[in-house]
Amino acid sequence: MVLGALSNTLRYDPERCIHCGMCSTVCPHGVFRESDHLVELVDPEACMECGACQRNCPTGAIWVESGVGCAIALMRSVLLGEPPQAECCGAGGPTSCCGGGNVREAPVARENTPCGCSEEGPGGCCGR
Amino acid sequence: MATEILQTTSTLTWADRWDHILARLGWRRGHHRVRPGLYALGNPTPDSPVFVTANYTLSFDALRAALAGHDGYILVLDTEGINVWCAAGKGTFGTEELVRRIEQVGLRNVVRHRTLILPQLGAPGVSAHEVKRRSGFRVEYGPVRAADLPTYLRTGRATPEMRRVRFDLPDRLVLIPVEVVHVLWPTSLTVLALWFLAGRLAALGALAAVLAGVVVFPALLPWIPTRDFSSKGFLLGTLVALPLALKPWLGGSEGTLFLQALQSGTFLLGLPPVTAFLALNFTGSTPFTSRSGVRREIVRYVRPIAGLFGAGLLLLLISIGVRLAGGE
Repeated sequence: MVLGALSNTLRYDPERCIHCGMCSTVCPHGVFRESDHLVELVDPEACMECGACQRNCPTGAIWVESGVGCAIALMRSVLLGEPPQAECCGAGGPTSCCGGGNVREAPVARENTPCGCSEEGPGGCCGR
Repeated sequence: MATEILQTTSTLTWADRWDHILARLGWRRGHHRVRPGLYALGNPTPDSPVFVTANYTLSFDALRAALAGHDGYILVLDTEGINVWCAAGKGTFGTEELVRRIEQVGLRNVVRHRTLILPQLGAPGVSAHEVKRRSGFRVEYGPVRAADLPTYLRTGRATPEMRRVRFDLPDRLVLIPVEVVHVLWPTSLTVLALWFLAGRLAALGALAAVLAGVVVFPALLPWIPTRDFSSKGFLLGTLVALPLALKPWLGGSEGTLFLQALQSGTFLLGLPPVTAFLALNFTGSTPFTSRSGVRREIVRYVRPIAGLFGAGLLLLLISIGVRLAGGE
């Protein structure tokens, strides 16, 4: 049975899992835990959909929708009833695309939203 | 072709520190770049570790400063001057660029081993098993923070604590300058216009609502009750608006009852949504909000924010009209 979260798009299929532990290594929020070579989904609601686990899962046992969501574009679409735009507004903001260059459209986990980062930690996404 | 290896040190100069201040202020964002390529730190041998980072000065400098006293190589990827985590999210700090850069600098001929140490937050862009397959190099994810690297190198592992992103008070405080800079011009112009058109109190109110959103909100984030960012912002904004709304009723006001009510209404309706909007915007600067969560919050709060602000603006225009008509 595929497990997942209620508040986000994270899905994990224990049957495809080979318990390599990569997901628990890369997750910055302790969503997965590995002990005695067994991986468990322990805190799915803490997932921020960064996509690190999916990208580093060698068997495709994890799926999460982690695209760039431009907040300003989303706000516009909510207020004006327009379809949301996929491209980068470049302005920062919630789950923004953080700066420079154009964001390519890609299906899964190509771009994601961890815009709360500075050197190697939280704070100031691209100077934000 | 001989590999070009650039030299670097763990010492941060005053020029580096000045650059960090400018980066924190958002000054010429995108211009805080390091030349991509392979760097030697200290006197590395073919057995020294290889660290990978982004070509953002704050990222590169945090790494080399943390490695003081260590010899090693630093492989700088071209992330267009964006930090590791955001670049990983975009895929520029990614498998493609890493594999290409390993090839370009001829890393195989520089080191004897086949291990790369990447920052953990590079993982959203890098697929470790794919890098291994395509380049022969094994990706090892180090701790989230460069400052934990010495411990990581000594013990050979990152504790669960080192694997977590934190958002403590200092982490939040360093974000305030750039938040302020972002709203500087619109706020200054608005405050100035309000000062002349609607009076000192209105100007003060606008300034206080903005500062509540970009200074007080980030600082107090975890301690403000309620769960989502917008309601936290509404709460702060209401705290700002209340004393201003009450002031005309506590004596000293020369206006009519109608004007007093108008003024109070303007503050109570117009200010909280300003703070709430800025708070909602701050979701993009935290390390824990998910895209789903922000989407949910925007769908839920954007209309109330816009509606209340519009109502406040309407009352403001009426009171300005009344003031001008009254020849005040």
